[in-house]
Amino acid sequence: MATFRIKRFNPEKQPEPYFEEFQLDIPHGATLLDCMNEIKWKLDGSLSYRMSCRSAICGSCAVKANGHALLACQRQGEHLLQDDDTITLEPLGNMKPVKDLVVDFTPFWDKVNKIKPYLEPKEEPPEKERQQSPEQFRLIDDSSTCIMCGACYSDCNTLEVDDNFLGPAALAKAQRFVSDSRDSKTMQRVQDLSEPGGIWDCTHCAECVERCPKPARPFDRIKEIMTVALEKGVHNNNGARHALSFTNSVKRSGLLNENRIAPESVGIFNIPGLLGLIPIGLRMLLKGKIPPIFHKSIEEVDDVKRIFKELNQ
Amino acid sequence: MIEHDVVIVGAGLAGMRCALEVCKELDVGVLTKVYPSRSHSGAAQGGIAASLGNSEPDSWEEHMYDTVKGGDFLNDQDAVEEYVKAAPRVIYELEHMGCVFSRTPEGKIAQRAFGGHSKPRACFSADRTGHAILHALHEQLMKNSKSVKIYNEWYMHSLVIDGDRCNGVVVSNIQTGEVEVIRAKAVVFATGGYGRVFKITSNAFAGTADGVMAAFEVGIPIEDPEFVQFHPSGLYRQGILFSEAARGEGGYLLNGKGERFMEAYAPSRMELAPRDIVARAEQSEMDAGRGVNGEDCIHLDLRHLGEARIMERLPQIRQLGIDFIGVDCITDPLPIQPTAHYSMGGIPVDKGCHVQLDSEGTRMNGFFAAGECACVSVHGGNRLGTNSLLDAVVFGERAGKSVLEYARGKDFGNVNEGQEKARVLKKFEDIFQRDGSESYNDIRNEMKEVMMTKCGVFRDEERLKACIETLKDLKVRFQKGKVTDKGKLFNTEIYEIIELGNMLGMASLIATAALRRQESRGGHFRTDFPKRDDDKFLHHSMVYGTPDGLEIKTKPVVITKYQPEERKY
Repeated sequence: MATFRIKRFNPEKQPEPYFEEFQLDIPHGATLLDCMNEIKWKLDGSLSYRMSCRSAICGSCAVKANGHALLACQRQGEHLLQDDDTITLEPLGNMKPVKDLVVDFTPFWDKVNKIKPYLEPKEEPPEKERQQSPEQFRLIDDSSTCIMCGACYSDCNTLEVDDNFLGPAALAKAQRFVSDSRDSKTMQRVQDLSEPGGIWDCTHCAECVERCPKPARPFDRIKEIMTVALEKGVHNNNGARHALSFTNSVKRSGLLNENRIAPESVGIFNIPGLLGLIPIGLRMLLKGKIPPIFHKSIEEVDDVKRIFKELNQ
Repeated sequence: MIEHDVVIVGAGLAGMRCALEVCKELDVGVLTKVYPSRSHSGAAQGGIAASLGNSEPDSWEEHMYDTVKGGDFLNDQDAVEEYVKAAPRVIYELEHMGCVFSRTPEGKIAQRAFGGHSKPRACFSADRTGHAILHALHEQLMKNSKSVKIYNEWYMHSLVIDGDRCNGVVVSNIQTGEVEVIRAKAVVFATGGYGRVFKITSNAFAGTADGVMAAFEVGIPIEDPEFVQFHPSGLYRQGILFSEAARGEGGYLLNGKGERFMEAYAPSRMELAPRDIVARAEQSEMDAGRGVNGEDCIHLDLRHLGEARIMERLPQIRQLGIDFIGVDCITDPLPIQPTAHYSMGGIPVDKGCHVQLDSEGTRMNGFFAAGECACVSVHGGNRLGTNSLLDAVVFGERAGKSVLEYARGKDFGNVNEGQEKARVLKKFEDIFQRDGSESYNDIRNEMKEVMMTKCGVFRDEERLKACIETLKDLKVRFQKGKVTDKGKLFNTEIYEIIELGNMLGMASLIATAALRRQESRGGHFRTDFPKRDDDKFLHHSMVYGTPDGLEIKTKPVVITKYQPEERKY
C-alpha cells in the first residue's frame, strides 16, 4: 500500500495549504495520473488538478512529485515510490497555487507572449512552400517539441529569485524563431533576448533540462541563442561581455583571470559600473579573498590554445 | 453580459483556424475548457494529407477517390471534391505561418505513406504533426491578440436560441465557477469528438461530446453517430495512440503466432489498409485466440526499421513505448489493440459549415460547426488517416469565411440573460441536491465498458439492444450520483459530472443509430449483417430527439464522380 502525501489548498475553506495523506494500492502499469484519478474518483472528488491527453503531448498534468516537476501521465506510479512507500505531490513551483495542484499560468504565458512567439518572415510567401533543408529543420526540431507544460518554469532556480526572468520555456520558444531559416528578425530577436531578464540571466544550472519531459531541453536552446547573439556581435551587455572575458582569459592563460572578469563584464569604459564594483572589492579584500594580482598561465597553456584553434576560435 | 461579434467554442485546429479568418474583420472570443496548446488536435501524430506530389506524382482526383473508397462510399462527394482541392493551398498557408514540417533533401515538405492512401501524401513534422500545426496556429492567435480574446478554462453549457437563430452561449469560468452569458452574432462549434464514451480510447479526457450534445439539446439532429473509428494501434490497456505512421514507415502487425496476419484480410495493402479493416482484422485475430499470449493484444513490430529511422521519423512513439509500458520498439515489439479514436458523425453541416436543422438543409441561423464535432460528411463511414487534420484546417477556414459573410453588418439578437443564466445555475443546483446513493465513477466505467463490448468494433442486434437498456439504467442512476465538491473554485468534479451526462446521451445516440443500420459499412460492422447494403442503407442517419425518445430519419448521400463499388484492398 502506497501513501500519497498531497498538498491541498482551497482558499474558499482555509487560507493555508496543508498535506493530506491517501492510501492506494498502485495497480501495475498505472501512471501517476492514473493514481491521481483513482484517488479523485474513489477517495476524494474534491481533489483538483489539470489533465487531458494522457499521452505526454498536451502538457496539462505537470505537477511536482517528490520535489521535482514532471508530467503525471508520463511516469509510472511504482517508479516514483520513495523508500518509505510514499509519493509526495505538490503544485508546480514559481507560480501561484489556485486550488490543490492547480496553479495560475498567467505569468508563464505573459512571458511567452513577450518573446514575439511567431514567425516574422523575410518576404511575401511564394506560391508553394518556402524551402528549408533537413539541416535547417533540425535546428528548430527540438525546440518545436515543447508542450508548454511549465515543468521547467516550476523548477527554474533563477525564477525563484527573479520574477523578471523570461524563464526556460519562453526562451526555448524564442530559439525556435531565432534559428528558423524563414525568419527575418534574428538580429532584433537576439538583441531583445540579451536585455535584462533574457538569456544572460540564466544561471546555467540546467535544472530545466532535467525536468523537460520532451527533447526541447531549454538550457540547450538558451546556449544556442547565446551563440547566435555573440556571432551577430550583440556584445553590449554584461552577459555577453562576461562570456567573452571568460573565453579570452581561458584562451590566453588556460585559467580564469578573476581580476579581469568583473570589470570586463560591466565594461571597462563604464565608469559608474566600475565604481559600483568597489564596495564588493573592498569586502573581498577584508576577507582575504582577492585573487593574486599577477595572473599566471597554466603550464599546458599551449594545449589549451590548440583546442581553441581546432575549434576555429 | 459578455459580448463578441463571434464566439468560437474550442481552440483546436478548427477553432483557431476559424478565429484567424474571422479576426480579420470582426471581434472574436475563443472559448476553451483547457488552453489552446492543450487541445486534442495536438495529439495527432502522423500527418496531414494533401496531393502536393513532393515525393511521387499525385492528384486531387486520386486523393478524392481514396477518401471516398476509404469512407465506404458514404461520403458526400461534392464536399470531398472541394476539400481535397483545397488541401495543397491550406498546407502551404500553414507553412507560411511558420508551421514546422519535416523536409525532403530538396527542402520541400516531406510526405509519407498512410493507410488507404494510394500515394505518399501525408505531410508531417516527425511524429507530432498535430502538435506542430496546433502551435503554429496558436502563435498566429498570439500575434493577433488584439482582435481575439481567448477564454482559457471556460466551459460551454448551452446555446442561446431564439426561434431559428442562435444568439450566443451560456458558459462558466472553471477557475471561479462564475456563470456568464456570451452574446454573439454568430457561434461556431469546434468542440471535437466523443471517444471518451468507450473504455479503450485514444481520446483526451476532454473528448466528451459537449458540443454535439449542446446542439442536440436545442433540436439539431445528429448525423451518422454510429460511425466511430477504432484505430488499430492503441497501446494495450491504456488506449493511447501509436501513430499509423509506424505502419506508414513499414511497421508490421503480428499475431500471437508471429504471423503478418493482414495477408489474410487485405493482401494488396497489408498493414496499410484503412483503419476500419485493420482494426477488425486485429479484433478477429484476438477473438480467435490468436492474440499475443492469448490476451487481447497483438504486436506492432518496428525492429526491422532500424534505430536510425525510428529515431528520425518516430522518436515520440519510441518514447511513449518506453515511458508507458517499458518497451523500446527498437529492440521489442509493442503490444497494441484497437482504440476508439474518431467520430465520423456529428453536427450536420453543409459545405460552408452552416448547421442544418433537417435533411432538407434548413439552417439554424448564426450557428456553425467545423472539425470533428461536425459531419460534412467528407469521411463517410470511415476516415482515412491524415484526413482529420486536413478537415479541421479546411473547414475551420471555411467556417470563418461563412461567419464573416453572415455576421458582417448584423445586429446582436435578443438574449434574456437572467433566464439563460438561471437555467445553468439550476443544472449546478440539481447536481448538488442529488441523494448521493450512486457513484459517478461506477456509472462512467459501466458506460465505457458496455460501449466497448456491445457497441465496439463488432456489433449485433442482441448486443446493441442490451447496450441501450444498460444506458437507460445508467441514466436513471446518474440522477442519484454522489458529489463531494460543492465549491466554486476550480471544481473539476462538477465538470466531470456534466461531461458524463453528455456522454451518456451521446452513447445512446451511437447505439440507437447502430441498431437501426442493419448493414456493415466503414467503421460500423454488424456481425448479423456483415455485408454493405446499398439498396437499403446508402444514406446518412439523422438522429432527432423527440418527446417519445430518439427518432432516426435519413439524408441522401451526394454521389458525383465515383459510383459505389465493392471495397477491396
